[in-house]
Amino acid sequence: MFKTFKDLFLHNREFSFGFVMIIFVLGVASMSFFSPFGPIDIYLLPPDMPPSLQYPMGTTSRGQDTFWVLTFAIRNTLIFGFSVAFLSRVISLFVGLVSGYLGGIVDRVLMSINDTFVVIPLFPILVLFYFVMRDNMNWIMLTVVMACLGWAYDARLIRSIAMSLRTREFTEQSIFSGMSTRQILTQEHLPYVLPVVFSTTMNNINWSIGIEVTLSVLGFTDIDTPTIGGMIYWANQHTAMTAGIWWWFFFPVALVVITFIALFLLAVSMNEYIDPRSRLSHMNNS
Amino acid sequence: MKLGLVENLIKVEHVSRYFSLGGILTTNRFKAVDNVSFTIPVGSPQIFTIIGESGSGKTTLARMMLNLVKPSSGTIYFKGRDLTTIHSRKDKIRFMGDVQPVFQNPFSAFNPLKKVDRYLYISAYRFTTASTKSESEKCADIALNKVGLSLPEVKDRFPHELSGGQLQRIAIARALIASPSLLIADEPVSMVDASLRIAIVNLFKTLRDDLGVSIIYITHDLTTAYYISDQIIIMQKGVVVERGEARNILENPQHPYSQTLKQSVLSPTSTLND
Amino acid sequence: MIASDNLKPHDQDVLQLRNVKAYYKTKFFGIDREVRAVDSITLNIQRNQIYGLAGESSSGKTTLIKTIAGNLRPPLRLLEGNILFNFRNHSHPIDIATASSEKLYSVRWKHISYIMQGSMSVLNPVRRIHQSFIDFAFHHIKQPYPKFLKIVQQHLEDLHLDPNILKAYPHELSGGMRQRVAIALATVCKPEFIIADEPTTALDVVVQKSVLKLIKNVQQEMGSSMLFITHDLAVHANLTDRLGIMYAGRLVEEGETKKLFKNPLHPYTKHLISSLPSIGDLSKKNSLEGSPPNLADPPAGCRFHPRCPLAIEQCRISNPPLVETAPKHRVACFKVNPRKE
Repeated sequence: MFKTFKDLFLHNREFSFGFVMIIFVLGVASMSFFSPFGPIDIYLLPPDMPPSLQYPMGTTSRGQDTFWVLTFAIRNTLIFGFSVAFLSRVISLFVGLVSGYLGGIVDRVLMSINDTFVVIPLFPILVLFYFVMRDNMNWIMLTVVMACLGWAYDARLIRSIAMSLRTREFTEQSIFSGMSTRQILTQEHLPYVLPVVFSTTMNNINWSIGIEVTLSVLGFTDIDTPTIGGMIYWANQHTAMTAGIWWWFFFPVALVVITFIALFLLAVSMNEYIDPRSRLSHMNNS
Repeated sequence: MKLGLVENLIKVEHVSRYFSLGGILTTNRFKAVDNVSFTIPVGSPQIFTIIGESGSGKTTLARMMLNLVKPSSGTIYFKGRDLTTIHSRKDKIRFMGDVQPVFQNPFSAFNPLKKVDRYLYISAYRFTTASTKSESEKCADIALNKVGLSLPEVKDRFPHELSGGQLQRIAIARALIASPSLLIADEPVSMVDASLRIAIVNLFKTLRDDLGVSIIYITHDLTTAYYISDQIIIMQKGVVVERGEARNILENPQHPYSQTLKQSVLSPTSTLND
Repeated sequence: MIASDNLKPHDQDVLQLRNVKAYYKTKFFGIDREVRAVDSITLNIQRNQIYGLAGESSSGKTTLIKTIAGNLRPPLRLLEGNILFNFRNHSHPIDIATASSEKLYSVRWKHISYIMQGSMSVLNPVRRIHQSFIDFAFHHIKQPYPKFLKIVQQHLEDLHLDPNILKAYPHELSGGMRQRVAIALATVCKPEFIIADEPTTALDVVVQKSVLKLIKNVQQEMGSSMLFITHDLAVHANLTDRLGIMYAGRLVEEGETKKLFKNPLHPYTKHLISSLPSIGDLSKKNSLEGSPPNLADPPAGCRFHPRCPLAIEQCRISNPPLVETAPKHRVACFKVNPRKE
């Protein structure tokens, strides 16, 4: 695992760029633990100060240091993205592998549920969800809802791989070696789909961060928790754009763009590692 | 013992398998296997060969005998038990302990991302009394010795590090761990290199003579069939057209299809123009 | 060094390979790897001759075809050697190793054509057969479409195929019929050199025989040469005029097919021929120990020595040259040709 990582880092430009960028983003996020201010403290500093040595990213109209708010915001946004991706991967792996391997009635039932989720219009559901929950809205609820909405496409992808694996001779070899269905799915088929899952994870994180930003900018989330979208929401509320307080939205937008590009580069470079054949020729060499 | 009452190792009785073609409304049925019957007796291990070209239904028949596909009509009995009554996991394991497959393509018969010895250990845990790592390794070594290999040659190896002939022998060793009384080998040498093919075929003879394992050898190759078979059936489009003692039939086929097959076999002494 | 008289350029040779070395060189994650798939092959193929090449998987025969066809894409690289095609109406031989890509394009299919194992990979599955003929041959025949169609139809009739199959889709034909169409497609330009890569391996025995007959008839009528590759020695015995045996990237024996079967000299050839089972022969066939070597790390000396029953010390150290032991019969083995010091 470490060797693969080292090889990818040394010989794959996309991966090394993406990796350096994501480390930078994670670095910013981890700075939040050293913040002199609490995440929701407001009106502690003089408002609307442009970037300077004292306030490297300036201060907001709400009297916060933009830099320190940003560290909290990116941390929360990343946690949200990773949790959504993790939960939805678990669902799509389970549904995809079971459905593809067992086939028949199980497959039909699971896939009809899957297809329902594929065609559900995502955004209206989330907005509706906000209006139903209103003040009870919290991030854990939103994470679970997003995970429930984000697994369906990838479950189909995993199912198609699992279906082709089922007809391979080594699956029958495993059956006649006395392996249980659980063993076949987790030990024989899972290694084949994992690289695909890694790659879709990156895309899924990107997707959920995008949704978070969109919802927060419109104020359809718990806006008291600092997130990237939440920062832009408050900047809008204070008409920062027209007031010339550009640093209030420039830095969060720049950071989230870096995050997007980093995750995208990682997803692309994973593609090289996805193909079992390229992994095989890699093993040949080692 | 209950075994004493059973006369037949495997008894295939009027077995047919249909596949429906076309859409939901059309009822176009295609007979892959059509009313096939044969038996292999218990106590006299033999190599029973099923000869057929592509589309003859030989693979479907093999999959039915392995209980991977259910017959549309007719019954297959293994040691007196109807295969369709095998449902529970315990029964399945017991069945697999007695009937094992050998696959066509040794390169796809092992997961390329996993070490090959793993399959040997799992079989040992499942089908023998082995419960520790060293016991399962011992089981694997004994089985590998039977096919002319040893554990150190195989241990910690990935499939791509081994040749087709080695992999096919490991696959046979894996099947042997369960000490089956029947091996079902579907085209086991068609993907194996010429210089290694005869080794596999010789191995089948040894298994029959020394270990008393019966083998159902499914092939389109009449020459290796002649070399190792005891009994033979020739299938054409799902139907058995000729059956009997292998050497008699292949030396002197009676059915027109069998004769055509024999005439089409190329050998160093044949010519294209007859 | 390889020394033999029949290596001189000769008018009756359509193809001459001189000391061809083609290796796969890969660099994956910074690790260099070299697979010596074709190592120092020298052979000549005469006009109006079917030259058979036999070998197991990983013996380098597929790589040799790619090299001969000039299909050298990385990681495959030609390190050394010449591949000279000597076509009838060309004043100079064409060296595939140095020819420009325009030259290769003009020669391919018109002078060198190809019959593959899977006919489905030649015939476009979503287009009718005549479209495949247009795709492959229209440029080379250089006739207006109606005339072109007539030529194709006439060609199919010559091969005893119904010209109506031009309107069919590939999936509507049986495997044997598709392979016949692939043969018609490869021969429609009347090429002087045809490469046939396991064209009958995927076919059933009955169909195989009739397809082989068709190949032989076409070749004889057109007077073209053919490089026929299969691992099945029985096919070689029935079809080819001359036979080369490859082992682990090297040619180990070469001779007239009939003589080779009667009197094989190299221990590997001997084994291949003696282990062929046949109906009516009940004698026990012995198998060969070991496995073909990994070409990324071949054994030193003769590559067959770890499996050879006759191996001597010399075999482990140096590589036996391919020497002409009898007229037109070359063998690479120290036991057959003791080295004169």
